[in-house]
Amino acid sequence: MRRAALALTLIAVCTAGPAVPAAGDRPAAPVTFSDSGPEPQLSRIFREIEKNRLDAALEQTESLLRQYPNFRLAHLIKGDLLMARTKPISTIGNAANAPQEKLADLREEAAARLKAYRDKPATTNYVPRYLLQMQPDQKHAIVVDTQKSRLYLYQNDKGQPRFVADYYITHGKLGADKMREGDKKTPVGVYHVTSSLPLAKLGDFYGSGAFPINYPNEWDKRQGRNGHGIWLHGTPSDTFSRPPKASDGCVVLANTDLDALAKNLQVGLTPVIISNSIEWLSFDDWQSERSALNKKIDDWRADWESRDVNRYLTHYSKKFQTKDQSIEQFAQQKRQVNAGKEWIKVKLDNQSMFRNPGKEEVVVVTFDQDYRSNNLNNQMKKRQYWIREDGTWKIIYEGAA
Amino acid sequence: MRPSSSTPSLARLPALILGLFLSVSVSFAIAADSLPDIQRLMKQGQMPQALEKVDAYISTKPKDAQGRFLKGLILTEMGRPAEAIPVFTKLTEDYPELPEPYNNLAVLYAQQKQYDKARTALEMAIRTHPSYSIAHENLGDVYAKLASQAYDKALQLDSSNSVTQSKLSLIRELISTSTKPGVKPSTANTRPTTEPVKVAAADPVKAAVTPQPPVAVANPAAPPAKPVEKTPEPAKIEKPTEKTPEVKAAVVAPTKPAATDGGGESDVTKALQGWASAWSRKDVKAYLGYYASDFQTPNGIPRKTWETERAQRIDKPGKLQVSVDDMKVSIAGDKATVRFRQHYSSASLKTTATKTVIFVRSGGKWLIQQERVG
Repeated sequence: MRRAALALTLIAVCTAGPAVPAAGDRPAAPVTFSDSGPEPQLSRIFREIEKNRLDAALEQTESLLRQYPNFRLAHLIKGDLLMARTKPISTIGNAANAPQEKLADLREEAAARLKAYRDKPATTNYVPRYLLQMQPDQKHAIVVDTQKSRLYLYQNDKGQPRFVADYYITHGKLGADKMREGDKKTPVGVYHVTSSLPLAKLGDFYGSGAFPINYPNEWDKRQGRNGHGIWLHGTPSDTFSRPPKASDGCVVLANTDLDALAKNLQVGLTPVIISNSIEWLSFDDWQSERSALNKKIDDWRADWESRDVNRYLTHYSKKFQTKDQSIEQFAQQKRQVNAGKEWIKVKLDNQSMFRNPGKEEVVVVTFDQDYRSNNLNNQMKKRQYWIREDGTWKIIYEGAA
Repeated sequence: MRPSSSTPSLARLPALILGLFLSVSVSFAIAADSLPDIQRLMKQGQMPQALEKVDAYISTKPKDAQGRFLKGLILTEMGRPAEAIPVFTKLTEDYPELPEPYNNLAVLYAQQKQYDKARTALEMAIRTHPSYSIAHENLGDVYAKLASQAYDKALQLDSSNSVTQSKLSLIRELISTSTKPGVKPSTANTRPTTEPVKVAAADPVKAAVTPQPPVAVANPAAPPAKPVEKTPEPAKIEKPTEKTPEVKAAVVAPTKPAATDGGGESDVTKALQGWASAWSRKDVKAYLGYYASDFQTPNGIPRKTWETERAQRIDKPGKLQVSVDDMKVSIAGDKATVRFRQHYSSASLKTTATKTVIFVRSGGKWLIQQERVG
């Protein structure tokens, strides 16, 4: 009776429907999912509990703790399984006089880890919509799902994002969509790792390392978002992990996971895309979205070479703005410059396209631009924000990257 | 947690190991004088003398389980766990089918807060004897302790929380207070702390065999096999009453038939002793369970307030010993008035006072309705 009650609670925790096509929906295919974390064992433990095999569950919990001695959630489950031998229990966390918020945190962690494991996305058939195109020298990309408390690592496999691993993460106490300094939220957007902070300069709180990202980026500033110091970092030595919502806005990983991730990070290069909830596309849909945008960008490039300023300007949104120019000023300057041009050659190289998570359809495009003309040659790294207006992709911001 | 101070109950051994059974029995016959002597010394609290005797006894019978078990008990009573542990450990190796050495080993480990080891030992005791109720109860305690440690680690709680504290003192206190039910009339005398034999009376299994336990307990030389052999069955019958904690299980069961034929006096005194025992054990829940729902609280303060006050008082750290004697009981229908002397002894206070308690019978149990000094 009591055991059934416990099992019931756990099932309830785990059956919230996946927003993503789950792995089970498709024919068996080689899944490359990382099963290196504690989730497979946790999942087995809860299965044992559901099947009323509490002894086996306890055994496995103890084995999990040998592997992760500071894993508080496992200690809690161990306590419950022992407590179940002395009296009926009905939920996760039966410690007397325990602070309720700490219990709630651990329950949330249990739910997040189990959901992520049981409803893992079908990464062989689906891809995060944001990873439209990685540039050739970007070996990896990171996509974060704050609602699922999960970070996904992708590899650049000849231009195709290939799933490598996923990890449990902690994000802001008050959720995502950072707007203001001190709002204890994690930003949502397309970022990249800007540096690797030396361990010697970090306190124990940041665990085995810290990698700042470029929040607020150009788009954030344009939206009036502020704050700073958003990092990917590790966990203090006295705990294996932190609750799903606990940071001041940083994305926090277990030290072992951060170490594994760090091996794949390229400072200044590796994209970190943070979303509330990842949108997944089938590879077909992803491919057509990517081709359509690529075509659009090439049209823009070709129209620039044509020296027909009006055609060129059709690619720009009415709300276009650079750091110091409105669309009118920009158009006027283009017309002036173009008057002296006999020919223009524009070559784009090393191009990446990352869709910005969120309601608005925005894609961040970065490339090396090689501009040649009769009176000026210029090579630069450029970043553009393309927005879909009335069904057409338009440039709403551009500047040096 | 209760140490099992009964002699290893050989009767529970399966027939297969009859060989051991016989050899041990034979050794009893030869050393018939010696073991009871040792137990008498233990009863009188003369532990060094008892140890000396038991060592001499063992030197002539190095394999004797009874003697070695007693030695382990004596060392435990003398507060020498480092020496007691190897004695019991060796017994578990030589006689893996005996649950008692495992159980007492567990008690020692638990005293040292080595709950994982205590758990393993108790699980072994239960594996050898699935119906061994003391081991089950102790294991329940150990599981709770381990759970509490796990919760501390999970939630970063202060591990010195009150639950752990009161439970630990329970371990120490039970040894002394379990004499109170007094299954054995001859043990009405005092000196509880060094009375391992009486502890056996706390074992519901033993207490159930009403005519025999005094003999079996007092004199291990008496063939322990026969009387004890019956024990598993009565023990099972008693199971329901085991829900009431610990000692009470043994107390409550025999009272029921007595109550019907007007012998309510012993029920009342037992209730009073149970009450004192729960108090001594710092078992607040059991203690408060002795009070009727219409108990007249001092100065008419709300029941909740009174309960909280009592819980705080009782649950203070340090040794606590409450005993009662000189009981004068008068029963009128469902009401019983008891005048008695209460001996209270704690770390900071030692008093003896005359008290009067009025019990009411409710649902077959005597519960306290009034309590006053004088």
